[in-house]
Amino acid sequence: MYPFNYHQPKSAEEAAHILAANPEAKILAGGQTLLPTMKQRLAGPSDLVDLGAVGDLAGISEKGGTLRIGAMTPHAEVAKSPVVAKAIPALAALAGGIGDPHVRSVGTIGGSVANNDPAADYPAACIALGATIHTTNRDIAADDFFTGLFQTALADDEIITAISFPAAKKAAYTKFRNPASRYAIVGVFVAQAAGGVRVAVTGAGENGVFRVGEMETALDKNFSADAVAGIAVPADGLNSDIHANAEYRAHLITVMAKRAVAAAG
Amino acid sequence: MTEKGIGAAVLRREDRRFVTGKGQYVDDLNRAGQAHACFVRSAQAHAEIRKVDVSRAKSAPGVITVLTGEDVAADKLGSLPCGWGITNKDGTAMAEPGWPVLAQGRVRYVGEAIAMVIATTRQGARDAAELVEVDTSPLPVVVQATDAGKKGAPQLHEAAANNQCFDWEIGDRAATDAAIKASAKVVSLDIVNQRLVPNAMEPRAALAEFDTNSGLLTLHCACQAPHAMRLLLGAFVLNQAEHKFRVVAPDVGGGFGSKIPPYAEYAALCWAARRLGQPVKWTSSRSEAFLTDAHGRDHVTRAELGLDKDGRFTALRVSTVANLGAYLSAFGPLIPTYLYATLFAGQYTTPAIHAEVRAMFTNTTPVDAYRGAGRPEATYMLERLVETAARELGMDPAELRRRNFVAADAFPYQTPVALLYDSGDYAGALDKALELADVKGFAKRRAEAAKRGMARGIGYSTPIEATGAAPSAIAGQLGARAGLYESAEVRFNPTGSVTVFSGSHSHGQGHATTFAQIVASTLGVPYENVEVVEGDTARTQFGMGTYGSRSTSVGGSAIVKACDKIIAKGKKIAAHLLEASEGDIEFENGNFTVSGTDRTKNIAEIAFAAYVPHNYPLETLEPGLNEQAFFDPANFNFPYGAYICEVEVDPETGFTRIERFTAIDDVGNVINPLIVHGQVQGGVAQGIGQAMFEQGVYDESGQLLTGSLMDYCLPRADDVPSIDSGLTVTPCPFNPLGVKGCGEMGTIGSTPAVINAILDALKDYGVSDIQMPATPLRVWQAIRNGSAPQAAE
Amino acid sequence: MSATVEINFTLNGRKRQLTIDAGLSALNLLRDKLDMTGTKYACGEGECGACTILVDGLSVNSCLMYAADFDGRDIVTIEGLRSDKGFDPMQDAFVEHGAIQCGFCMPGMIMQARHLADTNKDLTYDGLKRGLEGNVCRCTGYKKVFDAVADVIGIAK
Repeated sequence: MYPFNYHQPKSAEEAAHILAANPEAKILAGGQTLLPTMKQRLAGPSDLVDLGAVGDLAGISEKGGTLRIGAMTPHAEVAKSPVVAKAIPALAALAGGIGDPHVRSVGTIGGSVANNDPAADYPAACIALGATIHTTNRDIAADDFFTGLFQTALADDEIITAISFPAAKKAAYTKFRNPASRYAIVGVFVAQAAGGVRVAVTGAGENGVFRVGEMETALDKNFSADAVAGIAVPADGLNSDIHANAEYRAHLITVMAKRAVAAAG
Repeated sequence: MTEKGIGAAVLRREDRRFVTGKGQYVDDLNRAGQAHACFVRSAQAHAEIRKVDVSRAKSAPGVITVLTGEDVAADKLGSLPCGWGITNKDGTAMAEPGWPVLAQGRVRYVGEAIAMVIATTRQGARDAAELVEVDTSPLPVVVQATDAGKKGAPQLHEAAANNQCFDWEIGDRAATDAAIKASAKVVSLDIVNQRLVPNAMEPRAALAEFDTNSGLLTLHCACQAPHAMRLLLGAFVLNQAEHKFRVVAPDVGGGFGSKIPPYAEYAALCWAARRLGQPVKWTSSRSEAFLTDAHGRDHVTRAELGLDKDGRFTALRVSTVANLGAYLSAFGPLIPTYLYATLFAGQYTTPAIHAEVRAMFTNTTPVDAYRGAGRPEATYMLERLVETAARELGMDPAELRRRNFVAADAFPYQTPVALLYDSGDYAGALDKALELADVKGFAKRRAEAAKRGMARGIGYSTPIEATGAAPSAIAGQLGARAGLYESAEVRFNPTGSVTVFSGSHSHGQGHATTFAQIVASTLGVPYENVEVVEGDTARTQFGMGTYGSRSTSVGGSAIVKACDKIIAKGKKIAAHLLEASEGDIEFENGNFTVSGTDRTKNIAEIAFAAYVPHNYPLETLEPGLNEQAFFDPANFNFPYGAYICEVEVDPETGFTRIERFTAIDDVGNVINPLIVHGQVQGGVAQGIGQAMFEQGVYDESGQLLTGSLMDYCLPRADDVPSIDSGLTVTPCPFNPLGVKGCGEMGTIGSTPAVINAILDALKDYGVSDIQMPATPLRVWQAIRNGSAPQAAE
Repeated sequence: MSATVEINFTLNGRKRQLTIDAGLSALNLLRDKLDMTGTKYACGEGECGACTILVDGLSVNSCLMYAADFDGRDIVTIEGLRSDKGFDPMQDAFVEHGAIQCGFCMPGMIMQARHLADTNKDLTYDGLKRGLEGNVCRCTGYKKVFDAVADVIGIAK
């Protein structure tokens, strides 16, 4: 690990100031992705801004059918929260299936969303549920937030403070895991809400999470597994690696979508 | 007195320290003033080194020295030695290029050590290592053994024309060819036995110290055979005589073969400590472990099995190309030859067998022993062929096996490939497995699974293994450059407790417990009064270490032999004390008794008399009660078993789950069933790993794509079924304990059972073959490419 | 801003105050600075669980945590695991079931098992297996580990 200056701000605004003043600084949320990268010397930030002491960034609340989860809330908290289980059970299930128990103890929703790993689970939930990403500067619709592989709409000195998820009528997330890393090879989040059905896919796309319009249209008409069973997503633009080639990922999208719809009921 | 003796499920005495975090592994040791080493490693698979510039690194903070291949040459360090020579078909010796401690002018695989930075802190050494500038010019790369011999392939070593290490054969080619030709049916398979990365949980580590006053060099390292390490490093690399060289292997966190070889890093640390007169420590990172721990397997094989019209095996013909990696690791050449092709008879009476093996150098990490080492490759090939034959003939795979088993009354049985099987009841083990696995109920379970849309399959394997390699004289004729005995010393202390010194080394096997059980039973002393010492060349006289499932059959037998000498001497002492003739003294349960009388002396009293010889036959007998023994078995021993695996495949995704796994093993007499079952279960998990999860994959440029646990899939808790293991007992006649090895059976037997089960599940999809690991991707592809209509969904 | 940081925390029931390098991992603090070597380094990347410790009752890979984040927390390592009667029942169960071989992964495995027992009162056998998925053991094949943990938690197969 390369040396760095360590900051432990007491508020998100203070953290944003430090980021603004140090262009090579990085945010430390749960650290489950950042630490391995830094230990392998693949990242060497000049400054590390630890959000651990920022008290008001964690916590879960529900108001008027919208679930608000503080950025520093660990996955394990989301997974076991009665509030989440009541409002959006699919989100609790998703959180309970991230990585392994150790990752869930420490890894945070804000960190996961800000990192936008193409195989992470939360981005699919954000897109499918039409979430809003709250930052130190503004509110960003999830649709505008995920801009590409490990890329987001966040400015360099902007910090996620919370994420709001409008509850859906029906929702489910189904994941086919990479047997080694336990990340998603393909994860499909299906949600039916007032504005219609959304189908968001993670793990598969070269540019990260994406929606499958054809499936959404079909499900708007008929919310059943059969409605998506015949819809094939083209393999072009999907990831290929030793665990899964693009054709297999394309196939799994249909299977996981089918199963997610069935699970959503 | 011997309730904790042979056969008892005694709880392991070493476990308290492990569960409280008090185990002492090498990285847990520290010395005052120790320096830390970091290796500069090649990022290229094949390149000419033009220049290594260490000037910036040398002036970095805390750096003590930086050593390179030039320093290795200047100090005349020897090449890392190979422990087994193979003779080619034409009678010439195998090609044996050297393996320098630090690269000399060329690197041949990614991860090869180029320079060593020594600094006051670990962090400082790593920082400085980034400042070493290595100027290279890349060379073309070859990673597949099957490509290495092709015309125009990049050449790795001047001493190995066409990258070939050897071209070897065993068995009767003419008879085999003729028998195959005459067979009513020939079944053939093309098999890739993929490369595996051992991944012992404890990374390799070393701490070297040099006492400038006495000239004593001490190396603590994570290894399986400390005496062999001392011999090989001292005599061949470091020119350090044994009396001034101590090697200690303290608690070692798993080996599986990967901690046998005398690695470059260990030699380099000893060398550096000797140069500096300062302790030097190094612990491998997991990334380094992936690149530099010896890998396992990596064969490509064409195999053909002939059968007559009644399903009896007539001949087996096998041609294998083995990948040895970039250099000859210590036992690299042994694995794909004598530990492989000699197992080709399996449990069967196949009369004609011929095998040929070409071993090649490639730009990959050197390959050596990994759990089973050659025997899993042999068993996988054979058991796949047998099950394929059963499927093609429409026969019950259990019946086909039974028809070909060596009969229980046919032992000792001479195979056509050199081995003399000791004992067995192969059908007995299979019957027991069929029952425990409830094979009768399988059809019902399959139908029930089908209702859920799942494809359920069952697969068998009836493996045999040769363990406790021996005898030394034969091994020497076949190319071994060391003996294959084990040593032991049994030392009575004056007041009756016993200290046992063994040349074996436990890194999970539980010797501290089982060896004490053996002594308790043999000498009739309380188990609690026996202490076992291993892993330190300064304390044990000599030893060959632990690998190849040899410790109990060879090391344990050496202990019995030493105990027998103790008893023989004890009889002389007892005869004197009891005023009887030696021939009238009987020994039983720790008591020396004059035959037919109640005049008796306990062995503790005998020991006391031996150390306080006030009343003692000093004119004919030396005081003391301390005996050494070396045991060199007359033959291998041959554990065997019957394994049955049941899987369910999700045909939509290819995801496969093992629902049941039954392992029946016959490892002869059992010293401690708790430990034997644990060894089998752990072995099964590793075999499942090869069948379904693990693969070391290189890209064309020689980069290891599966270089971390994010991509190399180790079996995890939720991947492994609850394994049902059981035992039958057929004692081995070639050692006094009647035991056979149990450490590798699980790995050897499970892999083909899993793949056979997957293929059984997929038979309705027109799938007849699949390569390992059978990942969801591969299973799905097999279903998609199968000949059956997709209607099976 | 600083390259060092002062931390106050509870370690195995004892209050500690230390000034440390900000870049120090929790694992290196324990092993290198406090000489508590029961917690093991095996992968350093959060993939194997050998370095598992309990932080405010949650199981954490100490290799993926900065020691700086110990500040204000309650830390338990394998050295601090015990019950009123002596050994923690989980430690006893691992010994009694023969669940240990080389022992290297076991401190982490036992800490994770303790965490599961503490936080999941109605764990199933399958849930137990999932709960141990972050702790790799290369020796045992896990079966005796499952049996030991199931025994302590009181779940039938």
